[in-house]
Amino acid sequence: MTAVTTSATPRFGWTRSLARWETLLVVALLGLIVLGNALSPFFLTAGNFANLIAALMEVAIMALPMTLIVIAGEIDLSVESAAGLASALLGFLWMSHVPLPIAILIVLAVGALGGLLNGLLIARGGLPSLVVTLGTLALFRGLALIVLGPIGVSDFPEAFTAVGFGHVPGTVIPWPFVIFLVLAVVLAVVLHRTWIGRHIYAIGKNSGAARYSGVRVARVKVGLFMLSGLIAALAGIILTSRLSSARADAAQGMTLTVVTVVLLGGVNIFGGSGSIPGVVLAVIAVAVMQNALRLASVTVEVQSIALGLLLILSVVIPTSAHRAKSAIERVRGGRPPPPDSVPRGEQRIPSVEEEPS
Amino acid sequence: MTAATRSGQRLGAIARQRELGLLVILVVLGAAVTLRAPQFLTIANLSQVSVLASVTAVAALGEALVILTRNVDLSVEATIGIVAYVVAVSLESHTFSAPVAILFGIGLGLLLGIVNGVLVAFLRVPSIVATLGTLSVFRGIDYFIAGSHQVPLAGLPEGFTDPARSDVFGVPVFVLVTVILVAIGTVILRSTRFGRQVYAVGSNPEAAAILGIPSRRVVFTAFAACGALAGLAGVMWVMEFGTINGTAATGAVLAIVAAAVVGGVNIFGGSGTLAGAALGALFLGFVANALPLIGLSQFYLQAIYGAVILAAVAADALILRRLQRSRTRRSGR
Repeated sequence: MTAVTTSATPRFGWTRSLARWETLLVVALLGLIVLGNALSPFFLTAGNFANLIAALMEVAIMALPMTLIVIAGEIDLSVESAAGLASALLGFLWMSHVPLPIAILIVLAVGALGGLLNGLLIARGGLPSLVVTLGTLALFRGLALIVLGPIGVSDFPEAFTAVGFGHVPGTVIPWPFVIFLVLAVVLAVVLHRTWIGRHIYAIGKNSGAARYSGVRVARVKVGLFMLSGLIAALAGIILTSRLSSARADAAQGMTLTVVTVVLLGGVNIFGGSGSIPGVVLAVIAVAVMQNALRLASVTVEVQSIALGLLLILSVVIPTSAHRAKSAIERVRGGRPPPPDSVPRGEQRIPSVEEEPS
Repeated sequence: MTAATRSGQRLGAIARQRELGLLVILVVLGAAVTLRAPQFLTIANLSQVSVLASVTAVAALGEALVILTRNVDLSVEATIGIVAYVVAVSLESHTFSAPVAILFGIGLGLLLGIVNGVLVAFLRVPSIVATLGTLSVFRGIDYFIAGSHQVPLAGLPEGFTDPARSDVFGVPVFVLVTVILVAIGTVILRSTRFGRQVYAVGSNPEAAAILGIPSRRVVFTAFAACGALAGLAGVMWVMEFGTINGTAATGAVLAIVAAAVVGGVNIFGGSGTLAGAALGALFLGFVANALPLIGLSQFYLQAIYGAVILAAVAADALILRRLQRSRTRRSGR
């Protein structure tokens, strides 16, 4: 019942359209680079590249597990608050004289626990991820405020802040970018080359069919949300290190950018398709766009207009293209219209009837 | 079909129980807080709480309508913010008289709601993505228009903020407005074709489509109405707070969704009432007001909103599952 419309597309169909989407991204990226270069002579310098990438790394890192979650047909809106909670907790622990390595381990564990809470409510409780993670979006931020209050902690040792702020010796490559690349490679291998990845796609395409084929849907989903919480905590630590400051309101509003990057990367919001390389490409595209806007002296607040439009367009364009294509095929083949008169977003909500009895 | 109707009635009954339960919780909570802080149970404080809650409640009515159709609108806070600023600044610059400004604010909200409605109903963008996007776009436009400008209370015409502070026979005007809106909305939902279509689309989109219900038009109308109500909430925001800049109502969406959900509007769509959503807003307003009185910092509020959303959704799911199980047993499957 869940994925009637998406599973109707033959396999080669979406691979091909995905390839086209990525080509489109590369073209857009080249256009942005030409535009940026025209705006400022500093645009194409290595130093500027390092800057524009560094500012987006927390988003990029959180986008990786989000990719897997969206492919599995769910969403995690709580990542920005999980990162904020990580930052606040790290600040609090450091203030309470807990050695930094232990503090980091505790923070990562709390992040994974938060993800476990999301995962259990969604996968075992059968609740929609949208509302559960909206709840934990508020809950985690509230906990961050309770833990640290309105203060900022900034007396971290230099060895710690060097990770977020520094470069790989002899280059301009920021350390967070290295962390992002390593994570991207690992998750790309898991998603595209292992049975876990195949299970994630199967769940996203049709979770009922996946369960009857022996996929442990609930277990995979719980795992994905734990991973998301863990990596959001890591992003919170990196952010704290990069800004040399732990605050309860850290990473506020970042979920929007994370989701934008994922959908811009060609991941289907209805689940079942998408790739890590596409998302990596989207990270670079968004970084270049934000940098070009900044060089054109567009304020950060107003940049959110561009980001919001990008998010909407990255769903409207492929959906409309797909509908136009199938309409043309229908006219050519003289076939009856598909029974998808229901807006497709409404089909994603798991119904209780799907639960095993 | 009969089983579905019966379960619909039973869901309705449970929703009514939810409203009753919420009232009981409100009274118990109120009594408990009063024991520790007697200043809670004063007319002045109670009317302050209910006026403040009315602003959330009006927006929560629209949100409830959208959730009833199995969607969600995250952009309401940006609509409130942009309407609040535009109304305030148009009054400051004497572009509009007060009544025109109020109508303009509601109209602007309606327009923004229509944008959401087109995206979700006709372009088929899932509501979560569409309204996350428009949240960002509307807020960006708000910042763009406002810049660093702030409209001070003194910039508003004499008497414009009075409705937030006056009452009719002891009932604050804002509360009266909310009650009237709840009454009108309830009549529409219960007794008109559109109202029944809202519940039908929300409880089973596929069945609604087979029955020939124009689900897209229903969803579109729900979003448009939600926008208009958010616009009204924006106008009320100006009257309530007076001083307005580009950041008005930032983060308010959590309280609004929480109000609807805790008021028994089922997140799976198709069940819940507007009175419940308004009571939910009142409940959250109570909690926000009681926290400092019992010596807890305001920082707990956000965590409580989150916990309340999770608890309400979990309760809904449990009820639904139990209902379905009993239905399965009855029909002998």
